[in-house]
Amino acid sequence: MLSRANLLKILSALVLCGAWELAGRVPVSYAFPTFLDSMQAFFEMIGNGMMLAAYKETLRPLVIGIMISAVLGIGLGLWVGLNNFFDWLFSPIFIVMQAAPLAALIPLLVLAYGIGLTSKVLVVCIMAMPVIVLNTSGAVRNTPESFKEMGKSFLASRTSVLLRIVIPAASPVIFAGLRLGISAGFIGAILAELKITPTGVGDIITYSRSIADYPSMYAAIFSIILLAVLFLNLLEKIETILFKGNQRGYVSD
Amino acid sequence: MAMSQIKEAPNHIEVVGSDSAVSVRNITKNYGEVEALRDMSLEFPRGQLTSLLGPSGCGKTTLLKIIAGLLLPTSGYVEVNGKTVQGPGPDRAFVFQDFALLPWATVLNNVAFGLEMRGVAKSEREAIAEKYIGDVGLSGFEHSYPHELSGGMRQRVGLARALSVDADDLLMDEPFSAVDEQTRRKFQEDLLNLVQNENKTFIFVTHSIEEAVYVSDQIAILLPRPSRVSEIIRPSSFRNKGVDNIRRDPEYLDIVDDIWSSLRTYVE
Repeated sequence: MLSRANLLKILSALVLCGAWELAGRVPVSYAFPTFLDSMQAFFEMIGNGMMLAAYKETLRPLVIGIMISAVLGIGLGLWVGLNNFFDWLFSPIFIVMQAAPLAALIPLLVLAYGIGLTSKVLVVCIMAMPVIVLNTSGAVRNTPESFKEMGKSFLASRTSVLLRIVIPAASPVIFAGLRLGISAGFIGAILAELKITPTGVGDIITYSRSIADYPSMYAAIFSIILLAVLFLNLLEKIETILFKGNQRGYVSD
Repeated sequence: MAMSQIKEAPNHIEVVGSDSAVSVRNITKNYGEVEALRDMSLEFPRGQLTSLLGPSGCGKTTLLKIIAGLLLPTSGYVEVNGKTVQGPGPDRAFVFQDFALLPWATVLNNVAFGLEMRGVAKSEREAIAEKYIGDVGLSGFEHSYPHELSGGMRQRVGLARALSVDADDLLMDEPFSAVDEQTRRKFQEDLLNLVQNENKTFIFVTHSIEEAVYVSDQIAILLPRPSRVSEIIRPSSFRNKGVDNIRRDPEYLDIVDDIWSSLRTYVE
């Protein structure tokens, strides 16, 4: 039996697909295909192996970039959050990174790192990392003082205070940052493929647009959104397993 | 009057009968320009409950945190069992005003936290924690999360955590101020039994005059700006008359009145 929450999720997906189908049939624009046409193109591309080949290409910078952003971002965020000097040193960099118009800066990256994997990974990182770092550092800095005092008075070492109190207390906000960062990373991966060299999913989008095969173009866009949604749901499951009490609100409320 | 009041000058150290579990010696604490505590000295007799009572801003919580080793004094020192306090130690356990329970941990894990930090093995610390959860009347709630409990039950968890590490001294920072009146009365009665049955020294911060007189063997009245000990009161006669009779004992009522008349000028 499906839970109410899952039922609502399915319902909202159905509404969205229905609206897409309607908008395609009106049509809103000649360049906007119906949902069913797009799905047909989607399954065709899965069938003929094009999708798989494209994702082999796209997932490489995406996965590498997200891994680097998550590990380095949380690490740096903890460091920045726990130490005022590093806060002063690093926070401005990430604020600038977050606000920078990345598309305009890509030519600079290409100039410095070429058109290969490095540039694409960098684009993913620049999109994903700032929000992860800033959320982590903010959450760590806002650990309730009485939790830390409790830890110290019960003889927790500095490491124990960090691992048993500061990180669990910060985890809801850290995970919120991860969710935002990873979604931005997906955008970054496609942006890199559109702006640097057309490979993978970006190639499908560019190529199908150039030959006016709009169903394929939208199928490619749909596939990346689907993947992002599935991944974010997985992340939510991981959070629930790791930090069970987070779902249950805070005591001081 | 039957009550024995010991008035003392703030700088004078008075050793009262039995030996002291905790001695505060000439503690001064400044926050920048602000003088929170000035040259404060105080003795806490072993096995008894001493209240720190005073209007808000008199530095009673600051003093408690210095005794706990959570804050460093600007000058002066604290001795616990003859040893100078350098930081938190296994001889002291703290009960927090806002409970300070970890919301992601079950009651069992919250109570066992102190034991875990002391390196007690899992099965052993869970057995000890379960015993103290039972002692504070929370059997059956071991696997509940703090937010599922009422305010009073949460503070019982905080108390069980402090008791489970079996420290000599229990430091309580307004532990009952966040619970409702009826629960608080029950807590005060339980606390009297605790003082009698456990061989521990209690340091109890409160802003309630009635509460201080009800539970204390010794009451230190703190006055603000700068904070100092103005008076030490040792109620003598009503302690053994049973919990039900304390509140109508004439000495109890006299002490409550006396304290109020000396504090009222400091309350805006």
